[in-house]
Amino acid sequence: MSALLEVEHLVLHFPVRGGILFDRKLGEVHAVDDVSFTLREGETLGIVGESGCGKTTLARCIVRLLRPTAGQIRFRGQDITTAGRRALRPVRSQLQMVFQDPQASLNPRKRAGQIIGGALRLRGIRGPAVTERTRELLRRVGLDPEHANRFPHEFSGGQRQRIGVARALAMDPSLIVLDEPVSALDVSIQAQVINLLDDLQDAFGLSYIFVAHDLSVVRHVSDRIAVMYLGKVMELSPAEELYVKPVHPYTAALLASIPVPGPRENRARPRAVVAGEPPDPIAPPSGCRFHPRCPRATAVCQKVEPPLVEHAPGHLAACHHPLNLTLDDDRAVDGAYSRAR
Amino acid sequence: MLEVEDLRVEFTTDEGVVRAVDGVSFSLAEGEVLAIVGESGSGKSATVMSVLGLTRAAGARVQGSARLFGRELVTASEHELRGIRGAEIAMVFQDPMSALNPVQRVGDQIAEQIRAHERGLSRAQVDRRVVELMERVAIPRARDRVRDYPHEFSGGMRQRVMIAMALSCSPRILIADEPTTALDVTIQAQILEQLARLGEETRMGILLVTHDLGVVADIADRVAVMYAGQIVEDGTLDELFYDPQHPYTWGLLGSIPRVDRERPERLPAIPGAPPSLARTPHGCRFRPRCPHRFERCEAPPPLELRLDDSPGHRDRCWLEPGDKRRLRLVGGQVGLAAGGTVIA
Repeated sequence: MSALLEVEHLVLHFPVRGGILFDRKLGEVHAVDDVSFTLREGETLGIVGESGCGKTTLARCIVRLLRPTAGQIRFRGQDITTAGRRALRPVRSQLQMVFQDPQASLNPRKRAGQIIGGALRLRGIRGPAVTERTRELLRRVGLDPEHANRFPHEFSGGQRQRIGVARALAMDPSLIVLDEPVSALDVSIQAQVINLLDDLQDAFGLSYIFVAHDLSVVRHVSDRIAVMYLGKVMELSPAEELYVKPVHPYTAALLASIPVPGPRENRARPRAVVAGEPPDPIAPPSGCRFHPRCPRATAVCQKVEPPLVEHAPGHLAACHHPLNLTLDDDRAVDGAYSRAR
Repeated sequence: MLEVEDLRVEFTTDEGVVRAVDGVSFSLAEGEVLAIVGESGSGKSATVMSVLGLTRAAGARVQGSARLFGRELVTASEHELRGIRGAEIAMVFQDPMSALNPVQRVGDQIAEQIRAHERGLSRAQVDRRVVELMERVAIPRARDRVRDYPHEFSGGMRQRVMIAMALSCSPRILIADEPTTALDVTIQAQILEQLARLGEETRMGILLVTHDLGVVADIADRVAVMYAGQIVEDGTLDELFYDPQHPYTWGLLGSIPRVDRERPERLPAIPGAPPSLARTPHGCRFRPRCPHRFERCEAPPPLELRLDDSPGHRDRCWLEPGDKRRLRLVGGQVGLAAGGTVIA
């Protein structure tokens, strides 16, 4: 499969301003710091991390709601990193986004049909075709086409998120960036929406970037998963491998922190509680950013930032003391390290 | 300690009378963690708020009984309740930022809580207690941080402040309403460990309200599952997770993506949405969404013991226990089957 989206050394720094009389720049938040990955056609990449890790900022850069500070984003080979409004227009319909809070991302004064129809008109669809397509899209996302006349507040949270998905689909996109699309929903409704996204991906050959704050939800939709911490990718792995053999201690900590719904299984699992909290993103720690909270940290972790290297086919991690590797793997990694340095 | 019987809470709204809580009974013993689980609108928060008299308002009607060491809370005067809230029953909410005063120093807010219930302490004594409490909930550098404002604390640290305030009068019961929902998983794990440890140390009873069955499995002793204003199943932790009797419980357990098992092809979801509490379906309230419904479900099933081998495990489902144990398995795991299975 060919590359749909290529992200290379992407950086986004937000200036932190302050001062009483004069506007001064006090520092920079390193929201996204040297992130690279490739998304293949039809693939789903999960991006996971705790609050402040830069996952939403990264998502917004990809659909170009934000302009990156450095690096490159290529969509189907076309550089869109700094493209302006006009240059972006043909790409925009291809690149859609679904937001976390459907309450806030749908215009409360517009009917469901108008919201979806508006997107269709942007694509140049006119006349009765708009109504027809709107009804079809509503059906596709599991809503009653007769409800096209309802306002967003007349739908439940799960149904509103379906409208958000239908609006994205109306643009006939090839990539949908989903920013925590099910976080605001009840568990039983989450499962419905996840299954819907699954079906739509097969039906329309969509690619997804699925942003989430924990590792349980992304597992169901992702082919590969990237774990972020303080603006950096700590681990990037084929989805199933990440759960069985996490390489980065941070990933292992995230996994161990999720309580599973089974008391006996819970007691049997390693429940190492990670100490401390994510540090200040304005002044991230030296060396490996996770070292102040890492149970495996040594002197080298404070000084040298570990590069993101391949530990198994397609399985990358940035750690001096990786987990779950056999002796042979360790030697291979040492080799990779010396090459990277 | 706490005995709730046939609690009913109604609100009069534009849409008609909303029965938020409809005949809920449970009890909480010393040192016990009881989890009340349910999705939005199940009535779980309204239940615990009513125990504290926090749902009293024009248009609201609270009936039934909630007794704390034999004292009736439902009919207690506002004055009596004020003496109980904070002192005997304390509460921790989901969002610590909106529960804390943004323009008052954190230390002063905890001090205020101490002074409200304990007169005659000197300033130095109160200050010492504040630092002690903050250290007890593992806030680092507590001595320096008493002078900070809430916005200078992270979400996890704010929740620790809330817990410190709740502990200030050594309550016998702590009500924790979604205490970790707004927090990151690594911080959630820290707070849960903290709550479990404090519960053991102080022998206080914890009433945990949550939608997360993972959190329940982590710290609860007993569980009550709520749906549409009623308890549909309750029992011990092991009974509920390893021998669930109500199809709604199966649905909840099945729809949670798990990190410790292989991923299924499809997540078994619960079809449809919970009913409006102003117009609950007749008969079993879960019937419209249940693939296992049959004629008998037209009549409301009472919450009662239906199992010979586990006394104390109650549920609200007409199916035979033997059928339940068979029907609840979807691909070898507990979940709600797709489509309908009609049982004559």
